[in-house]
Amino acid sequence: MARFAKKQTTDLDKKLKQDSYEHGDSFSTADYKHISKPGLNKEIIEEISSFKNEPKWMLQQRLKAYEIFKSKPMPNWGVDLSEINFDKIRYYFRPTEDQVSSWQDVPLEVKDTFDRLGIPEAEQKVLAGVKTQLDSEVVYGSLKNVWAKYGVEFLSMDEGLAKHEDLVKEYFGKVIPAADNKFSALNAAVWSGGSFVYVPPGVDVQLPLQAYFRINAESSGQFERTLIIVDEGAKVHYIEGCTAPNFSSNSLHSGVIEIFVKKGAQCQYTTVQNWYKNIYNLVTQRAFVEEEGQMIWTDFNMGSKATMKYPGFILAGKGAKGEVLSMALAGADQHQDTGAKAIHLAPHTSSTIISKSISKGGGRASYRGLVSIGPKAHHSKNTVICDALLLDPESRSDTYPVDKVFNSQVEVQHEATVSKIGDDQLFYLMSRGISEEDARKMIVNGFVEDLIKKLPLEYAVEMNRLIDHEMEGSIG
Amino acid sequence: MSSLNISKLQVKIDQKKILQGVDFKIKPGEVHAIMGPNGSGKSTLAYTLAGHPAYEVTGGKVSLDQEDLLNMSPDERSQAGLFLAFQYPVEIPGVKVQNFLRQAYRARFEGQKDKQFNSVLAFRKHLEKLAQELKVNPELLKRGLNEGFSGGEKKRLEILQMAVLEPKFAVLDETDSGLDIDAIKAVAVGIKQNIKKYKTGVLLITHYQRILDYIQPDFVHVMVRGKVVESGDKTLVKKLEQDGYQKWS
Repeated sequence: MARFAKKQTTDLDKKLKQDSYEHGDSFSTADYKHISKPGLNKEIIEEISSFKNEPKWMLQQRLKAYEIFKSKPMPNWGVDLSEINFDKIRYYFRPTEDQVSSWQDVPLEVKDTFDRLGIPEAEQKVLAGVKTQLDSEVVYGSLKNVWAKYGVEFLSMDEGLAKHEDLVKEYFGKVIPAADNKFSALNAAVWSGGSFVYVPPGVDVQLPLQAYFRINAESSGQFERTLIIVDEGAKVHYIEGCTAPNFSSNSLHSGVIEIFVKKGAQCQYTTVQNWYKNIYNLVTQRAFVEEEGQMIWTDFNMGSKATMKYPGFILAGKGAKGEVLSMALAGADQHQDTGAKAIHLAPHTSSTIISKSISKGGGRASYRGLVSIGPKAHHSKNTVICDALLLDPESRSDTYPVDKVFNSQVEVQHEATVSKIGDDQLFYLMSRGISEEDARKMIVNGFVEDLIKKLPLEYAVEMNRLIDHEMEGSIG
Repeated sequence: MSSLNISKLQVKIDQKKILQGVDFKIKPGEVHAIMGPNGSGKSTLAYTLAGHPAYEVTGGKVSLDQEDLLNMSPDERSQAGLFLAFQYPVEIPGVKVQNFLRQAYRARFEGQKDKQFNSVLAFRKHLEKLAQELKVNPELLKRGLNEGFSGGEKKRLEILQMAVLEPKFAVLDETDSGLDIDAIKAVAVGIKQNIKKYKTGVLLITHYQRILDYIQPDFVHVMVRGKVVESGDKTLVKKLEQDGYQKWS
């Protein structure tokens, strides 16, 4: 396969250059092992599949998904997607030859990038395992022996397919079929990377597994595919973080995350999304929860140009529980269209959706939620709480809730508030010696406090720091 | 000599003149009570001293230890040693009282070596001790600032904040309003402790004689239509209680 000529770098938009994004440095893609041509067609999909040496059925599934993708119109709701040009995007980047399991073997430039993000340090201290994905491929991965010993699998999706073909065949696309939406179809066609996690019955993985997603190449697409199976009575917390360099051209991130929570099992999936403001973030995440199982989505969206993301769960077994805790921060030129989907199919199921959004500098945050309680889901409960905080009159917040209830023996509650940072709150804090900037940070951090405390301490601290960083220079 | 010096202060809000030339001088440890009918400008005086942006100073001067207070932002005024106990403390959800007070304390005493605590824990101990002295339920320290507090709890927390910040001068805006007798006593004890410990000069705005039974004022001023119309000692309180403000209306 021929290497492609080094791509031209475009001049940075000055406006983008002057902002305060912390994770802005990219490195040259000259040493990448493969970069696909822009645009999407059958050949590109075959190329991706052949790179991965995957079974034939997967290639066929990809091609079928590609047809579905072509047949579906762009969504005409949510965020403005009119600037996405599918012909300009490059769909597959292979930064290194293989995934490695030692930091020493990671190429220097890649290592630098992840070093700056503090990943090796976090890995040693607070994580059970790590995967780092650069553009299309997982370039580094590890899992502490203590968990591997219990039979926990934490693989890249490509490895997962190679090693556990039967499981992948059984579960892949089952809770999010390709035809779910245009972007799940696209993902099913060109997916690469992502994680495969299997936790055997009764195993409690006490430290989080972390996946780190980084887009380094310009005008690119990242389409990771994650499958998590938490077997009966097992427990796991998976955390993903996302960043990208500050390019002026747009890139697309469109992941699909499918989770299966078996009887009595628990899964928490946390996203800390801090993409640069040139990324379209269009992600589908859904969990299938069996009897007495519990799924918690903690979803923090602060980056990206536009996000559409509605983590959901299908509560299929009696007594299953689901929770979505969602925080969105929309700054200038950002539109965060986030929310949740709660589908109750079984009796005595319960779900809670708490959504908090902060809009500033003309940014827009929307809550979009679907609660559906089926005819068999008697004695089920749902609570939705949406709180929006507007930091200035230019910013905007919307709420689009939909409830479909087909059983009368249920409790459904919906509360929504919109508040503004008032002069009186600022004045009160300032009258105690706190500067205006610190007072704003305090109010915003207080607003999201009940969500943040659901994170492990190290992440909660980091999240407060990120919010502080976002709030810097926001006065005036 | 330290002092809070207010001279010929004129203030308007929404184009309406409220204060029409107010003069005071408060020295450390002194208690000045201000009484007056509703709408006479007492709370305007309190907010103006603390620097609320809605109040526009159109004339006069205020200095704290010879420094021009009116040129400072509200946080700088606090750092300089001024404290306002609010009539209606606002709720700030999710901002934990103990974390907020630590940050406020650090802002107030930044750069003063002898005032630093070497750990979060040391500060919390200090805070808990003060809370105990002022009979503030220690559970409140772990909650959001004034979040779901009762009226009495809010007012007590104001006095605890005053104790933490050790102000040189404090303006207490109807701290006694809406409190039952026990709460008034507790708040009064707290204010007196502050005066004793830190020689805080106090400007006490009130409608009622009762709190002045517990805190003896050195001076009593009557404010009517944005002006101090009479000043005297504590005997003036009794007179007001009998005759009201009719004399000036």
